[in-house]
Amino acid sequence: MRTKGKPTKRRIAGLAKSPSGIAGLDEITFGGLPTGRPTLICGSAGCGKTLLAMEFLIHGVLAQNEPGVFVAFEESADDLTKNVASLGYDLNDLCARKKLVIDHIHAERSEIEEAGEYDLEGLFVRLGYAIDSIGAKRVVLDTIEAIFAALPNAFVVRAELRRLFRWLKDKGVTAVVTAERGDGTLTRQGLEEYVSDCVILLDHRTKEQISTRRMRIIKYRGSAHGNNEYPFLIDDQGISVLPITSLGLQHKATPERVSSGIASLDLMLGGKGYYRGASILVSGTGGTGKSSLAAHFVQAACRRGERCLYFASEESPAQIMRNMSAIGVDLAAGVKKGLLRLNAIRPYSYGLEMHLLTVHKLISEFRPSVVIIDPITNYISLGDHLEVKSMLTRLIDFLKEQSITALFTSLTQGGSALEQSEVSISSLMDTWVMMRAIENNGERNRGLQILKARGIGHSNRTREFLITDEGIELVDVYVGPDGVITGSARLAQRAIGEAAAVVHRQEMQLQLRDLERKREVMEAQMMSLRAKVAAQEKNSNTQRPRASRREEFKPKQSAKLYNEKH
Amino acid sequence: MKNTKAARATMKSPQAMPKPYVLRLYVAGQTPKSILALANLKKICEEHMHNDYSIEVIDLLERPQLASGDQILAIPTLVRTLPHPIKKIIGDLSNTERVLIGLDLRPQG
Repeated sequence: MRTKGKPTKRRIAGLAKSPSGIAGLDEITFGGLPTGRPTLICGSAGCGKTLLAMEFLIHGVLAQNEPGVFVAFEESADDLTKNVASLGYDLNDLCARKKLVIDHIHAERSEIEEAGEYDLEGLFVRLGYAIDSIGAKRVVLDTIEAIFAALPNAFVVRAELRRLFRWLKDKGVTAVVTAERGDGTLTRQGLEEYVSDCVILLDHRTKEQISTRRMRIIKYRGSAHGNNEYPFLIDDQGISVLPITSLGLQHKATPERVSSGIASLDLMLGGKGYYRGASILVSGTGGTGKSSLAAHFVQAACRRGERCLYFASEESPAQIMRNMSAIGVDLAAGVKKGLLRLNAIRPYSYGLEMHLLTVHKLISEFRPSVVIIDPITNYISLGDHLEVKSMLTRLIDFLKEQSITALFTSLTQGGSALEQSEVSISSLMDTWVMMRAIENNGERNRGLQILKARGIGHSNRTREFLITDEGIELVDVYVGPDGVITGSARLAQRAIGEAAAVVHRQEMQLQLRDLERKREVMEAQMMSLRAKVAAQEKNSNTQRPRASRREEFKPKQSAKLYNEKH
Repeated sequence: MKNTKAARATMKSPQAMPKPYVLRLYVAGQTPKSILALANLKKICEEHMHNDYSIEVIDLLERPQLASGDQILAIPTLVRTLPHPIKKIIGDLSNTERVLIGLDLRPQG
């Protein structure tokens, strides 16, 4: 197999792979380790070689029903069993069910005298016996280089190991061989020369007192594989690798909108709020209400029955809940219902990649539809500009891929330009809400502006942002000759307006009253006139006969006159 | 060596006394090295142990489960189980000097 030369495309497709069961590793190897071939895992002490090999084996037993043999050269079976018990695996049980054999090969150099030629057939016999006793498909040799220390003749050992790997291939078992990293070489004894089908390098680096584990596939004969260095995490669930590459810009876009949790902010965003799956940046100087805005968004999402994941790096979950309840935002209800998970961790606990990994892992577990990172700027101090930007790009790609609406708060340093978001993350964001402190008349008020909202016809106005006991309110600011007027000045302005209205109303009433009086006067005059007329009529009725005659004649005369004229 | 049991029987001392030297020779099939090792061992025992020994030949191809007991890696391996401490000598035992040192039959150096 080793001499078959460059594999053709059909062979790549045909290369069988054994899933390792390690989150992420199977993705970067496109399916797992090569079935029936040995894989070399090298790395310095304490970088997780044994754990990776053990997980590979246990996963084979539990998920693939492939029994496994673990040949330990350094640890006893007891120690191994105890070590993986913390991950929730019971090796004794697996051994009892004949799914696993742990063979501790121990050779003490001081006990051994060399007298003539020998080979390592004893190792082959043991291994063959262990494999055949349970029909093993997977074999781990951890750490085989210990043999070099135990046996005096390195040439023999070398030749025998070469034979061993060939023999393992002939047996058709998928083998994982671990080896210590050497000085300038991948392994101390140059095992990579023999095991050349798949070589994985584990690394454990410390930069500025923060250590990060990384993994790289150096070669994988007959298969494509991820080329980068991938950070990985060892926690209570074992190893998880995240293929954190930029996922590209392939994500779907939905026209669905989600409320920001603040009706007046929704109005500013075309009446409907943010797009689902959008990345929202809320930037501002300290104390402008970024977290409160985020909390409203979370509360709204919880009320819709959506799951939220809140990454806080400045306050503990209890503190966030207390502080938000003070402004009428009830986050505890969401937590109680299991819809909200608050994850508080100081940024300096991990390196940048590890944070990204943790975020990935939690998101994959919790499957939220809203993610809050408060504040994102805390992570920026963990790496240089390029690293941070690359991390954020990958994070945003990942979130968009999952259609997760993400809200990032960003702390703008006082003194720098307000619109300067750190590491120019704003270009990665779809919606940018800027909070700013407006200082005048000896007071500091909060203002809110939407700097951009991709795909949303948004308001261009600055609103004053009020944090009340019932939550956030946005109020129109007054724009006066000295700029925007906020706070008590705005209240004063409003009072002036109200006073003017009162005056106006009073004037109106005065006018009305004046009119009324005039009308009364007129009516009184009319009354007296009518009374006069009535009195005159009374008088004239008494002389009626004469007057009536005269009156009867008069219309006839006028009619005549009229007829003559026309 | 054609029949391990027979070989063991012939190698045992006829005397019933407890043997100061209890030796086990691990082999894996009848390879030239194994045959040579057994021949060398017999010779050394005859010359240096004056019948105060017993030799057990274990063929791991027949009884592979025995390999782990004495932590056998190399073949052939001679294990001196008695007297204590346990000593292991690997190889075809052609270097008599080293075998004798390994068995504490000769002061080192």
